[in-house]
Amino acid sequence: MNINLTLIGQSITFAVFVWFCYAFIWPPLVNALAKRKKQIADGLAAAERGQHEQELAAKKAAEQLKNAKGQAADIIAHAQKRATEIVDEAKEDARSEAERIKAGANAEIEQEVNRAREHLRKEVVALAISGAERILKREIDTEAHASSLKDLAEQL
Amino acid sequence: MSGEGQTSGEYIQHHLQNLTFGKFPRGHEHAGEWGLAHTAQEAKEMGFWAIHVDTMFWSIILGVLFLYLFRKVAKNATSDVPGGMQNFVEWIVEFVDGTVKGAFSGRNAMVAPMALTIFVWVFLINFMDLIPVDWLPQVATLIGHHLFGMDPHHVYFRVVPSTDPNATFGMALPVFALMIFYSFKIKGPIGFASELTLHPFTSSNKIVQLLFIPINFLLEFVSLLAKPLSLSLRLYGNMFAGEMIFILIALMYGGGLVLGLFGGVLQMGWAIFHILIITLQAYIFMTLSIVYMDLAYQTGEEH
Repeated sequence: MNINLTLIGQSITFAVFVWFCYAFIWPPLVNALAKRKKQIADGLAAAERGQHEQELAAKKAAEQLKNAKGQAADIIAHAQKRATEIVDEAKEDARSEAERIKAGANAEIEQEVNRAREHLRKEVVALAISGAERILKREIDTEAHASSLKDLAEQL
Repeated sequence: MSGEGQTSGEYIQHHLQNLTFGKFPRGHEHAGEWGLAHTAQEAKEMGFWAIHVDTMFWSIILGVLFLYLFRKVAKNATSDVPGGMQNFVEWIVEFVDGTVKGAFSGRNAMVAPMALTIFVWVFLINFMDLIPVDWLPQVATLIGHHLFGMDPHHVYFRVVPSTDPNATFGMALPVFALMIFYSFKIKGPIGFASELTLHPFTSSNKIVQLLFIPINFLLEFVSLLAKPLSLSLRLYGNMFAGEMIFILIALMYGGGLVLGLFGGVLQMGWAIFHILIITLQAYIFMTLSIVYMDLAYQTGEEH
């Protein structure tokens, strides 16, 4: 174990190796490692973001579904209400129409009754006059007593 | 391989000798010339102006292998789904990055790459210890003998650079230098000097405090120097001891069938255990380097 020039040779060799490693080996390796670390971190963050977005979308979809269901229920309720209304209206219309028809029929009946009454009255008047003519014969001038007979007829 | 006319002692000696290239000293037949040392004695006499060819060779080969593999991955690094090799590299990088983030509180882009280099390089260097002790030296002997015409007994070859203190100090000293450099840069010369002199003994009395300065300096300076020493000697000691055990186990192969089989089982057991040690030593070297760098960045008074 003699200490000699080898010591200096080894020191120089060591220094050169360290320099080479420092200049050409360490930086690219560490950069690649750092870059990969960043890529992985980014990937994980993106995955998390995607998951979060998916959750949000699911929530949104559920909400929309709920809204749609609500709206559909509203529409159905509205339609049912409207249908009831239409039926009611129709009933009302029918009733009023019936009433109207009944009223018309009543009026017509009354008219007929009146007409028949008038006719009957005239018949009675004519009958009464003919009766009176028979009873009174010559005594009574038809022309002269016409107005009093007409009064009588009207009072019947 | 103790059977080739070598005694056990010679075998061990042979395994513990680096292939040394240097200037032959005065008094040698080739004095003044450069060449490979033939014996341990010659290598020692070459003094400081010699270089361990095997240590340099393996540490550079392994370092380049590390840089090549990691560079290939780094160049094609993608933030998409990683392939098998990229996965493996990223696993190591993230592990080192995590350790640095946990232990180093300052801001310095150089600490993490340095930690990565230390961890992988030291691991690969230590890993050489798991290759059976005679394989690569035998190959080296064959190459040296047939290609270069060397005496086979003079081809020394140690394949684990971390069993050479030159290699471990060669890593610990630059770390220490960086530590000193950043201590100066972050704390300033005065802050660094006060850190060395005003602790651990303090007094509100100025004169007493002045007396404490040399004592504090002695303590702090020793603890400062202990850092690179402990860093490099820990690795060296562990790996040297591990290699020594492998060599001793390898000696058993020359002792007959029963001893040889027993040695095989022992070697396997020790190798499995050693996997833990080499990884642990690489991790400790890396972590301590990070901690020392962190100390350089600490400006508080909390120690």
